[in-house]
Amino acid sequence: MSIAVRSTNRPHLARQVRLEWDPVREQHVLLAPEGVLVLNQTGAIILGLCDGERTVDGIVEELGRRYDRVVGDEVRDFLSRLAAKRWVELGGE
Amino acid sequence: MNRPYGMLAELTYGCPLHCPYCSNPLNLADYREELTTAEWQRVLAEARALGVLQLHLSGGEPLGRRDLEEIVASARGLGLYTNLITSSLGLSPQRAEGLRAAGLDHVQISIQADEPALSDRIAGTTSYEHKVAAARMVKEMDWPLTLNVVIHRHNIDRVGGLLDLAEELGADRIELANTQYYGWAWRNREALMPSRAQLGKAEAVVRAARERLEGKMEIIYVIPDYYSLYPKPCMDGWGQRQLTVTPNGGVLPCPAAHTLELPRASVRESSLEWIWDESPLFNRFRGTDWMPDPCRSCDRREIDFGGCRCQAFQLTGDAARTDPVCHLSPDHDLVADAVRAANEGPEPGVADLIPRVRTRKSSDSPTGLEYSRRVP
Repeated sequence: MSIAVRSTNRPHLARQVRLEWDPVREQHVLLAPEGVLVLNQTGAIILGLCDGERTVDGIVEELGRRYDRVVGDEVRDFLSRLAAKRWVELGGE
Repeated sequence: MNRPYGMLAELTYGCPLHCPYCSNPLNLADYREELTTAEWQRVLAEARALGVLQLHLSGGEPLGRRDLEEIVASARGLGLYTNLITSSLGLSPQRAEGLRAAGLDHVQISIQADEPALSDRIAGTTSYEHKVAAARMVKEMDWPLTLNVVIHRHNIDRVGGLLDLAEELGADRIELANTQYYGWAWRNREALMPSRAQLGKAEAVVRAARERLEGKMEIIYVIPDYYSLYPKPCMDGWGQRQLTVTPNGGVLPCPAAHTLELPRASVRESSLEWIWDESPLFNRFRGTDWMPDPCRSCDRREIDFGGCRCQAFQLTGDAARTDPVCHLSPDHDLVADAVRAANEGPEPGVADLIPRVRTRKSSDSPTGLEYSRRVP
């Protein structure tokens, strides 16, 4: 099951999902009805940029400003996996 | 040491339903000295400090606690994700508003079948119409909704209808979980266990629905472990990811572990941190050192963790044996015989089910449900 992520999608977290900082693990976590995803730093930054306004291209571009090496395919793959779980909604094009 | 992610808070074992597969203990009367609001609030703070991120509020029927809204508000204040697992009996518009205001994240409503007569019969009380209305109310409030269905011989042929109902109600998720044979379900095992033919048909219906509803509704289907080759990875390992707190403050590595002959642990006597890290109860089956063969030398020992300790105890009288569900277990005949009986024996009827007894609480609060937690 793979959901196509377009460059013009404007992803945002599904409404039943929360992004939180866990002070115990000192990592960001994504909380959903029956699951927890402990995020690495990049994952947390990507999701922090998923505000429903930025496009996928805009997110990749913003990451490029912060990091030397940004692989657009990895960002799209990450969003696709979360969209398949319905933790992220890809949003309007 | 791993830190727990999830805590199941069994707020009360009082329940308006009498489901014959209830996973609550048989000796319900032993749990009447329920934790107070302040005690729960302390436990929640300790749980968050220990690493817990998700709080599953269950029972019995958690709405039977008049302080549920306060408990939810405290949990949200600590940053916990709050999940209410309810029969919905007692979920009035006022209470729903109160819980919404307290920050409740997600609602799971149980339903017993896709039509009133069978659903009410299994629940042991008139409840179907209320449940459907409550599910609609939850969706009208724009709350995420999961429909929970415990599956067994008497409703498994209706999986298609249940999926249609969930779709019609606009549920975000549906959990179709085959009964696990603990508590009252153990007592009713013969009458509950589906046949292989029934399972085959249900799985085909689920597969088709998953394709049709992809991206629209999440469908979780939990197979009955008696029909599996390998045991379930119970709780993702003993004392690894989750813990349960019972209505009177007992702490357990899994909700069924009250059946085991092990030292007790209670939040009334010890901190949650000590119980998780140090207590004999939580360390008894942690890791792989306790394992007998065939688990000890098995490649899957860190995949399924030897299966379920409670099932091993229930079937063999020894909680430290390999889960007899595993086809490699020397005790596997115990499971194979039960499966054979379900396929070759006389066909049990709904009338053969023994309902969970009525509970009467000493406190003034009304009572509340069945609970069947999906083993992850």
